[in-house]
Amino acid sequence: MTALKRKFVKGNEAVAMAAIEAGVQCYFGYPITPQSDIPEYLSRELPKVGGTFIQVESEIGAINMVLGASACGVRAMTSSSGPGISLKQEGISYMAGSELPGVIVDIMRSGPGLGGIDASQADYHQATKGGGHGGYRIIVLAPNSGQEMYDLTMLAFDLSDQYRMPAMVLADSVLGQMKESIVLNPRPTVDLPAKGWAVRGTGGGQQNVVKSLYLGDGEMEKFHWKMHARYQELADKESRWEEYQTADAELIVTAFGCTSRIARTAVEMARAEGIKVGLMRPVTLFPFPKKAYADLSSHCKKWLTIELSTGQMVDDVRLAVARDAEVAFYGRPPGAGSLPTPEELFAQIKKFC
Amino acid sequence: MRYDVFCAGYGGQGVLLAGNLLSYAAIREGKNVSFFPAYGVEKRGGAAMCTVVFADGDTGSPVVGEPSVSVILNQLSFDKYAAKVKLGGICLINSSLVELDGGALDGRELLAVPMNQIAIELGDVRMVNMVACGAYAAATNALAMESLQEALKDALPERNHKLIPANIKAIQAGAAAVFSARKA
Repeated sequence: MTALKRKFVKGNEAVAMAAIEAGVQCYFGYPITPQSDIPEYLSRELPKVGGTFIQVESEIGAINMVLGASACGVRAMTSSSGPGISLKQEGISYMAGSELPGVIVDIMRSGPGLGGIDASQADYHQATKGGGHGGYRIIVLAPNSGQEMYDLTMLAFDLSDQYRMPAMVLADSVLGQMKESIVLNPRPTVDLPAKGWAVRGTGGGQQNVVKSLYLGDGEMEKFHWKMHARYQELADKESRWEEYQTADAELIVTAFGCTSRIARTAVEMARAEGIKVGLMRPVTLFPFPKKAYADLSSHCKKWLTIELSTGQMVDDVRLAVARDAEVAFYGRPPGAGSLPTPEELFAQIKKFC
Repeated sequence: MRYDVFCAGYGGQGVLLAGNLLSYAAIREGKNVSFFPAYGVEKRGGAAMCTVVFADGDTGSPVVGEPSVSVILNQLSFDKYAAKVKLGGICLINSSLVELDGGALDGRELLAVPMNQIAIELGDVRMVNMVACGAYAAATNALAMESLQEALKDALPERNHKLIPANIKAIQAGAAAVFSARKA
């Protein structure tokens, strides 16, 4: 055993542990498979550190409590899956419109509608394109291991506070339910701006107003251009990705979340046979690491996107790569028994290279 | 080195606890581990499966299409998954519940251990998963017996620690059964 503190936990538990380490003060949520370990863990552990856990009557209530808590300047979060995340979209839109931070964890299950509890990546568009109304974006982080479920949850809190916008940890039922050995890294020290905008009761002092209603002449348009600039700053400073064996690759596979793990083993199998293939994994889905794709595709012209859907991220890949790059797609829409195996993805690599 | 093992049975046989025990043993040996469970919504009687991968470095895919080793505890799992074991791999079966019909798996070692019978002789059929874990360690040498026995403290809740000595016996009996099966 190493001297570092290692734990063998479910991905969902890693999220909950990271939230406490990040200093979350309030959790509001409602149970739904495959993410219920998050509220279960926090219902037990959050009160012990002085935090507040509330199982709300609905997902709509939960996200609006996150909005309220966040408006008061405290770190707040919620988590859900599929149908529950859809219910939260109105609240997320209001948070975006009010420039409020807050963390939403989405452990994707299959859909549409009630769907099923199997792993899915079909909520990519909903997460990355602004799932509610009004033309906003939120930060979307895509872990691919128990360790990243932990680390990226902490990062979500910091980025959310820094850029004053909601942040989502977008994972799936494989990552939520799988147990892995993780290191309990301490919360990073980040210089975050003070929340001078928070409504905490004036006590006779300055009055703050948190709202998403902009009726003044030109006020709404100004808000949109301000946020547009903020999204650009986010893309410039916070785009994150991981490359594996891309330097001499003649084909680059790209996938996020649990699919990237399966793809990596497939890439290793291909390399063992001398096939020059690499892996590009976006860690931030918004901002999508466009520049990294553009740079890589200046020398590698063959791409294969793999997703647990009929194809969503592939749209962003096609927009980001050089115009003469060819992007193929292999998808396994969600459902029981639909997880691809490394052997299956290896066969796809051989087909496209 | 990267090891992978697929365990399958029906709900109630302790397949997930077996996977957890192997995982904790690997952690005790300083490995990185992924444990990927899949099971039916039923508390008992549905299908229960898990894949454990452990390695010094990256564990890679938590999903394994062709396992190096499969531990098969019932007939349904045998019919469905035994043939997926990769060439040169090991298929360890609970011969108390699996009819082999004299069949063999080409290019793979088929190890038959009467796991239920051994567990019953030790006093409780519920220890079938422990017999399976001991058999796995002996068949593969992927994990030391000591790690497995020590890991019981991690895998079992405190209230069940009184059962550790009995479980150690079951693990040892599983290992012994593999040695005699290979001699035969």
